[in-house]
Amino acid sequence: MNITGRKPILYGIILIVSLIAPWLMPAYQTQLAFLWVMVLFALTWDIIGGQMGYNSFGNIVFFGLGMYTTAVVQRNMHFSIEEYVHVAGRVEMLTPVQYLEGLFLGMGLGAVIAVAAAAFLGACILAMGMRGQYFGICTLGLGVAAGELANGWEYIGAGSGLVTPVFPDQLGQRGAFFYYIFFVLAIIAFVTLRKLYAGRFGLAINAIRDDEDKAEAMGIYTTRHKIVAWCISAFFLSLTGGAAGHLIGFIDPTEVAFAGSTFGVWMILMAILGGKGTLWGPVIGAVIFHITQEVFWTYLFGWQRVALGALIVAIVVFFPEGILGWVRERWPERFGYRVEKSQAVSSSGGGAL
Amino acid sequence: MSEQQLMVEGVTKRFGGVVANDKISLSVPTGSIIGLIGPNGSGKTTLFNSIVGYHPVEAGSIRFEGQELTGLRVQAIARLGLLRTFQQTRIYGKMTCVENMQISVPHSNEGLRTMFSEYPQEVTRKAESLLEFVGLYEKRYLMAGDLSFGQQKLLEFAMALMNEPKMLLLDEPTAGINPTLINGLIERLKRTNTDLGITLFVIEHNMRAIMNLAEYIYCLAHGELLTSGPPEQIQKDQQVIDAYLGAK
Repeated sequence: MNITGRKPILYGIILIVSLIAPWLMPAYQTQLAFLWVMVLFALTWDIIGGQMGYNSFGNIVFFGLGMYTTAVVQRNMHFSIEEYVHVAGRVEMLTPVQYLEGLFLGMGLGAVIAVAAAAFLGACILAMGMRGQYFGICTLGLGVAAGELANGWEYIGAGSGLVTPVFPDQLGQRGAFFYYIFFVLAIIAFVTLRKLYAGRFGLAINAIRDDEDKAEAMGIYTTRHKIVAWCISAFFLSLTGGAAGHLIGFIDPTEVAFAGSTFGVWMILMAILGGKGTLWGPVIGAVIFHITQEVFWTYLFGWQRVALGALIVAIVVFFPEGILGWVRERWPERFGYRVEKSQAVSSSGGGAL
Repeated sequence: MSEQQLMVEGVTKRFGGVVANDKISLSVPTGSIIGLIGPNGSGKTTLFNSIVGYHPVEAGSIRFEGQELTGLRVQAIARLGLLRTFQQTRIYGKMTCVENMQISVPHSNEGLRTMFSEYPQEVTRKAESLLEFVGLYEKRYLMAGDLSFGQQKLLEFAMALMNEPKMLLLDEPTAGINPTLINGLIERLKRTNTDLGITLFVIEHNMRAIMNLAEYIYCLAHGELLTSGPPEQIQKDQQVIDAYLGAK
């Protein structure tokens, strides 16, 4: 049996559960909202880290760019900067319309800036032919540099951070509001990637992952694909960052926005845990990782980072290919990898996964 | 003799102090099958790499259908319809055979919009019929990396055909293939040439295979062009025999 037959039911169940989750567990709305942030982290990292085989340690840059841009747009639209900085954002309440205007305009502008940054960095790093570990180290430097720059720039609050405006009560509960924003974003990202991975684009970046020299020798526009892949990743990450800044309410340059040692590492781990280079892997990895992390935080307080470290080691040792990768290796037929004798031309095998 | 499709003139390539290719000149006419032989280390693969733009050459000119190739990048040369296969077989290991084929469509005239499109049915059908041509149809949904070496070699050949090249540079197509399958492969190479009209330029160590396949053969030794001629003449050439077996 192929698993494709049961997919509509599976999607339906996930959608319904996701829609009612904030009402089933009202106390956990913020954590649930962060669950979708984690899913977005893993999905966007996997575009270039998993599907394209370029291990980026610097994707957090786009998250921070989106976050700062959104917050700054929100601030500059409605307040005088000096006054705002002086009272740390608690000048006056915004009306719901003002709040939403600032939020969505900011997210939009953030996405434009992040995509432009990805295109520029891609033209500098990827077009030069930087690959493998060198690319990884280079992007690691980008993340650190972005954090340090933000740390020293007064206009965006420098080291003391930036507070986002107070969430207007008329819009309901903050946790639930952002839950649905991230939920919609994650669905859009998932559907977009699903479509891209099933077509030319997915195969081209997979080819780059498997053998870039061969891909070049076959005439594939490798540089173009690499840059666009990074831009797509940056697009969704910056939107996530824009909303996440408003959910958290306080933007610290190195702990929240350009948090390379937490978010930046987690996005990689979640993708690896679930199975990098697969569509569902990052989603599964993010859910498991987030729940485990919350459980550790609750029951192993004080040791939560140690437990997390142990989990990371266990992931790398026991699931080097990730959960989905492991499942696929054990039961390849279920994913459509089989000897096919019939003449019937069926749909594209396991490509969708 | 018909028009020269590939013209190599005075190509020199050095790696540090080692002269891998020394003023090599040769030409490949349109629609022909030309062989390139020589002992190990004589510079055959280096010459292929120079032609497809893998590394710059120190001197000389390489022209494909009148267009100068030196200075062009690998992808650009591939898109002109001059394609090479690798001695160390290269396929996309973690993709299925069909996917390997689908991504090997010609990439010339490809805009940004095609990048996000899906594959039309004809592409998949063509991929499957070419997989059938090389005898891999039943394995089309297997991961390419799980195929045996010989099968990967056949897949790489099918991928090259999928790209609809005008000329194929084949680096040891029969190496590592079961002797009983070699005859079948040579038959397919000949059909590629006659039916699809693809010019073949073949590096080969298997003398029986290359003598059977090529209509004209160039022989390299120590980075220099030793001699050239039709297979019968090359077989009897004392210089060639000396180069392979060592002169007295």
